Amino acid sequence: MKEKLKIIKENALEAIKKTSNLEELDNIRVKFLGKKGELTQVLRGMGKLSKEERPLIGQLANEVREKIENELTEVKESFKAIKKKAKLKSEKIDISMSGKDKILGHRHPLLSVKEELETVFMNMGFDVVEGPEIETVYNNFDALNSPENHPSRDMSDTFYITEDILLRTHTSPVQIRIMKQRKPPIKIVSAGRTFRFDEVDDTHSPMFHQLEGLVIDKNITLANLKHTIDMFIKEIFGDDMQTRFRPHHFPFTEPSAEVDVSCFKCRGKGCESCNGTGWSMELLGCGMVHPKVLQNCGIDPEIYSGFAFGLGVDRIAMVKYGINNIRLLFENDMRFLNQF
Amino acid sequence: MLIPVKWLKEYVDIEGIDNKELADRLTMSGSHVDSIDALDKGVQKVVVGKIEKIEEHPDANKLVITTIDVGEEKLQIVTGAKNINVGDYVPVALVGAKLPNGMKIKKGKLRGVESVGMLCSGQELGINENLILKSLKDGIYILDKEYPLGLDIKEVLGLENVVIDFEITPNRSDCLSIVGMARETAATFGKEFKYPAIKIEKEEDDIADYLEGIEVEDKDLCKRYYARVIKDVEVKPSPLWLRRKLAEAGVRPINNIVDITNYVMLELGQPLHAFDLDKINDRKVIVRRALEGEKITTLDDIERTLNNSMLAISDTKSAIAVAGVMGGANSEVSGDSKAILIESANFSSRNVRLTSRAIGLRTDASSRFEKGLDPNLAELACNRACQLVEKIEAGIVVNGHIDIYDDIVEEKVIYLRPHRVKALLDIDISVDEMVKILNRLDLEATVVEGKIEVKVPTFRQDIELEADLIEEIGRIYSFDKIKPIPLIGTLTKGEKSFARIIEDNIKDVLVGLGLNQITTYSFISPKVFDKVNLPENSIKRQYVKLMNPLGEDYSVMRTTLIPNMLEVLARNYNHGVKKAWAFDIGNIFKTTSIPVKSLPKEEKMLCIGMYGEADYYDIKGVLDSMLEKLGISGQEYLREENHNSFHPGRTANIVKDNHVLGIIGEIHPDVLENYGLKERAYIAEVSLEIAQLHVNLKRKYKELPKYPAITRDIALVLDEEILVKDIERIILATGKQLIEEIKLFDVYIGEQIPKGKKSVAYSIKYRSHEKTLTDDEVSKVHDKIVNKLQESLMATLRA
Repeated sequence: MKEKLKIIKENALEAIKKTSNLEELDNIRVKFLGKKGELTQVLRGMGKLSKEERPLIGQLANEVREKIENELTEVKESFKAIKKKAKLKSEKIDISMSGKDKILGHRHPLLSVKEELETVFMNMGFDVVEGPEIETVYNNFDALNSPENHPSRDMSDTFYITEDILLRTHTSPVQIRIMKQRKPPIKIVSAGRTFRFDEVDDTHSPMFHQLEGLVIDKNITLANLKHTIDMFIKEIFGDDMQTRFRPHHFPFTEPSAEVDVSCFKCRGKGCESCNGTGWSMELLGCGMVHPKVLQNCGIDPEIYSGFAFGLGVDRIAMVKYGINNIRLLFENDMRFLNQF
Repeated sequence: MLIPVKWLKEYVDIEGIDNKELADRLTMSGSHVDSIDALDKGVQKVVVGKIEKIEEHPDANKLVITTIDVGEEKLQIVTGAKNINVGDYVPVALVGAKLPNGMKIKKGKLRGVESVGMLCSGQELGINENLILKSLKDGIYILDKEYPLGLDIKEVLGLENVVIDFEITPNRSDCLSIVGMARETAATFGKEFKYPAIKIEKEEDDIADYLEGIEVEDKDLCKRYYARVIKDVEVKPSPLWLRRKLAEAGVRPINNIVDITNYVMLELGQPLHAFDLDKINDRKVIVRRALEGEKITTLDDIERTLNNSMLAISDTKSAIAVAGVMGGANSEVSGDSKAILIESANFSSRNVRLTSRAIGLRTDASSRFEKGLDPNLAELACNRACQLVEKIEAGIVVNGHIDIYDDIVEEKVIYLRPHRVKALLDIDISVDEMVKILNRLDLEATVVEGKIEVKVPTFRQDIELEADLIEEIGRIYSFDKIKPIPLIGTLTKGEKSFARIIEDNIKDVLVGLGLNQITTYSFISPKVFDKVNLPENSIKRQYVKLMNPLGEDYSVMRTTLIPNMLEVLARNYNHGVKKAWAFDIGNIFKTTSIPVKSLPKEEKMLCIGMYGEADYYDIKGVLDSMLEKLGISGQEYLREENHNSFHPGRTANIVKDNHVLGIIGEIHPDVLENYGLKERAYIAEVSLEIAQLHVNLKRKYKELPKYPAITRDIALVLDEEILVKDIERIILATGKQLIEEIKLFDVYIGEQIPKGKKSVAYSIKYRSHEKTLTDDEVSKVHDKIVNKLQESLMATLRA
């Protein structure tokens, strides 16, 4: 019997060695270890053995079974590995081929800049508000202390709907609305469409966009205005940007200033595009809210003070993206929009 | 405002301050410098020379050989100039010289003869063309007299001067003058300012001998009319110094009389006008509103038609000037003028501005009057002109003057509380220093009981309030010196409106789904309503109209975004763009009354437009995804067959709980044709205001299912006309809460089924939240659904 077991073991191992695929391997398992397999047959003859022999042969038989099983498993694993490897190899693709078309939409560059600006101020604690495009002459001019004789009121500068109703020429009427609605402290920005009587050309459009900011509280000073503008400019254009506050004139602020920032091209060193001055001119207008404007809105200028500022969103978008013609912003050519 | 620095220096001592610093500091005190121009324009090594000899060129009859004495040496220069004579003093460009046009002079040979240098024309030296005498226009710039030989030509021609161009803010008409800018300069640099001393040496006769009288009929448009007479006038060119100053300041010299009026305008800021007294009918001047349609030929030889809103200066017969804008040719000072009237008036700024715009003529005078001038300047300016007449011997000043000036403008007194300076500017500055700054600006300041009393001279009409004085202190102190200080006080968090948050969500989804954001004008052409085939009685034709549009294309406020979208799609199509998927968010404008009586209602709309790789179901899918993002579900698409802009069979109103959110569909082929769009296009327009009522951005976790789902498919053949919406309603109503999801996965119309029928296939997912469903339980419900569909829709199961 020992001899038989030994032969089975040798035959089995020999057969396993010769196999070349999983199927054969399975046949071998059935042939030797299956219900009717050779080893099983031998074990069935165990009953005829003596009491002494039985455990010895039993142990030997188990060893043989174990050996064959181990061998089968090992070879099986190696076959699987080879097969997997072959499969992976066969699945090789050309990874340089372009990806499948997935369409991606694009934000309009002007509007995304507008929102970027709003977000900067929102993060600085300003509420983002909106006002109507069609306004009263009162909100757009009178309440803002614009002289009755101011040329900007002319029909050649402003679009009128009636004598008292117009397309707002700036976002400043939103200040008036907010000051009348809310009590100080007030801290808002408002961006939107504005309209002026300009024929369309490379740098002009009868519709353009402004962003307006307003802060009203006790003890607000020009120093606070400067700080706010500095922060904003650095946030938008980078920490190396300098600002310069030039005294200027606006009817609705007193004192008023125009803000120049470091030239976008040379960052202040002086180049051709800034005429060697190192400054990009008139990026922003600002000032301390005129006492008459505060009074017009029912705010006592002896108790409260505040500042306001306004800037052209279109110009900032054009500078940011190097767009040289304002018409592109309103033509909406997909080949243009796809670039942003 | 062009300010020649040399002229400025006559009124303020700024020796030793270089031009760059001058420009920078004035910019920072409020007079923004646009440009600094050096008059020499880079001229180098050009000197005075004297022509000693002129000989013929042996090989060229158009050239001559000259010998030029330039002091240290004599040069042989070949030239083609014709206007030179022996003994002339001329500008000589030496070897190595640079000229404004970039030319560099080298030694050379002209037709075989050596030439060492070049004789220059005025143009080659970059001299203002107004300063080149006619006789010298086409030749060498022959100098007017003898100069030391070898002297730098820049000294001779005044080319070492620099002109600064200032941008003057509209509130500072006083700065539209050399003295005004000198005053600013003095204040900025802490220097002394000298106003010109005005004195007339000799006056003869009396004005009444020359002038019948002056009447101002319309005093509302003419605050002051001041005039004097000059007799024994000799009209001729002005001396060079005067012509040069004018030219440098950008004014063309004409003759001594006109030049004097312009000189005073530049110097003091008051426009003057000189009339030939002999050409004034009856020697009587009447200041009156023009007659309707009254004609006048102005000095530029153009006939202008005036109307009754304009102010004319006239004599007893006709208008002789458009007040504040330009004089008439009929009273022009000319070579044979003997006596002249100098007008120094103060006209209404508004009226001059409107007149100047209406007749399309803007002059140095009108642009000053427009800003509003000090009436008290009129007298000074007129006398200054008389003084100059005397100085350059242009005539003799006649005794007396006419002055019609009823409402005399007087200086104001304003009080400044020093603590308010700190409160607004946050600068620490002593009261003394405040007083000093104000005084430097000619704002006479004294401290009275702790306040600063400021006398505001009449030329500072812009100063009305304490805040104006604080600005003056701030800008002279310099804003640059104010240290930025962070805002303190109540902490605010910064909020956006719900509407804007919704908008942000919409943009995110639509961009993610491959749509480009566009933006279009708020005003459109009224013709577009025809282009999109809106019926005559459409509410959308009730639009707000502009009184003064830029043209018909921009003349009415839009009542729908669809025409803008179609225009953008068509433009892209015409540019050869194969596919355009876009969305636009913007306001439409609704008015309840025409003509408009109150502010129109502005409603924010979303418009989605697509062509290229798109069909109705693409745009609907986009819209559904967007609504899902906004937490809107259960919207219904109800067939719309009567909207003329859209395809009658492929259009729906989007309805949610009885609110029409908007419309979606394929654009009608007629409309496509109107826009030249040769591809099917799809548009949806949704009111964000109405959509907002249904938005729900709150999200709450719902437990994931514990029990497995069973999916069954069903394929039906039914009438083509039946909407899938009706099939789905039956499935859902019959299956009730056991149905988790139904999915339409196939619709077929074609040969394999009878005509007029279609096949639709659904996959229905069943799930219970209480237990694992058995096959039997599902079959029971599923069969019920099938029966119901067969019953109600006459559907048959497809084999």
